[in-house]
Amino acid sequence: MERWQDEAIVLAARPHGEGHAIVSVLARARGHWRGHVRGGASSRQRGLWQPGNVLAVAWSARLADQLGHLTGEPVAAIAAAAMDQPWSLAILASACAVAEAALPEHEPHPLAYAGLAGLLARIGEGVSLAADYVRWEVALLAELGYGLDLSACAVTGRRDGLAYVSPRTGRAVTAEGAGAWAERLLVLPRFLRGDSAAGPGEVAAGLRLTGHFLARDVFGLAHRPVPAARLRLAERAEAEGT
Amino acid sequence: MGPELDRLISLLAKLPGLGPRSARRAALALIQKREGLLRPLAAALEAAAAAIRPCSVCGNLDSTDPCGICADDRRDRSVICVVESVGDLWALERAGAHRGLYHVLGGTLSAIGGRGPEDLTIPQLLRRVAAGGVSEVILALGATVDGQATAHLVADRLRPLNVEVTRLAHGVPVGGELGYLDDGTLAAALRARRPA
Repeated sequence: MERWQDEAIVLAARPHGEGHAIVSVLARARGHWRGHVRGGASSRQRGLWQPGNVLAVAWSARLADQLGHLTGEPVAAIAAAAMDQPWSLAILASACAVAEAALPEHEPHPLAYAGLAGLLARIGEGVSLAADYVRWEVALLAELGYGLDLSACAVTGRRDGLAYVSPRTGRAVTAEGAGAWAERLLVLPRFLRGDSAAGPGEVAAGLRLTGHFLARDVFGLAHRPVPAARLRLAERAEAEGT
Repeated sequence: MGPELDRLISLLAKLPGLGPRSARRAALALIQKREGLLRPLAAALEAAAAAIRPCSVCGNLDSTDPCGICADDRRDRSVICVVESVGDLWALERAGAHRGLYHVLGGTLSAIGGRGPEDLTIPQLLRRVAAGGVSEVILALGATVDGQATAHLVADRLRPLNVEVTRLAHGVPVGGELGYLDDGTLAAALRARRPA
């Protein structure tokens, strides 16, 4: 019998039968796992298995590669804290959907877990969390092997004045280095070059930047669409000029 | 067991709340009460299949179009309550707390279920509100991530129409004791507190 216990973030819950659910979780030490939750879609348990909630979970199966069964006890009710605020809920839904679709199963991803847990712990902050969400996607790309190189200009080698990113190589470029090619490059928002806060339109630019590489390298290679929650978050940022 | 009985049991087993064992019991009860239950049920099913259609205005199920609620002149036509499904509409009608009209969205956004805004009846709702005479839209959607994401989307789409948009409160249920409530419900109830 295979079994483990860990702290985990609920990423998605799909109803199974009348009252059960197939749940995806991101466990702190074990990574992305799925399991059948008996009664997981029932009125008593549905609130527990909402995306974003942090639970102490136990997974068990006869063999390690089976779907297995999950049980959970609440640690932090994150989803309820996000429901009142559109930005909080959009960030939570997008982060969970992206992690669920991007992270391979049964591989530890402690950095992705730590980043997501840190983001969710501050989920009530709403739109001011959006820049950190973009930083989390940059870190996720790096963890999946598609890291952006924002250290120096790919053309001039300069470390200051970085303004764009090549959509082909993911390397940063200065305005001088970009020259006439600037229109074809992705804008590098200032908050990704340091710890500064995001200015108007910069979150949308950041989401366009990470969205391009997620769509091409992470979801595109797996022949998967970009999660709808991620598209809606980008639409919200574009619509509000955030 | 004959094929007719097999088919009856397999169809009954597809109903919510029934499995193969309970479907067998239900089939047996129907056959034992042939005149009192089986034939009237068959006639009722036939009549329902022929007559019941979704309302072209709100999406409710009824034998008339517009449905009985939309056609009722005594209801407050300035308030529309948006619900996920006809089951939710029936629950609100059972409570008798809403005297306005309804709009059935036909589901909520769901990444897992692959349901997007284009699969919901949001354009029909916008047309109803834009036609005028509506002062308030109540979003009575589930307190889940999908339900509230849908509520925020509908609220965003309604914003240009200058109509008041409200949503149901989240908090302590009637008869609920604080010690038995989950953390999320307690936190939501505290955030939604109001002067006593």
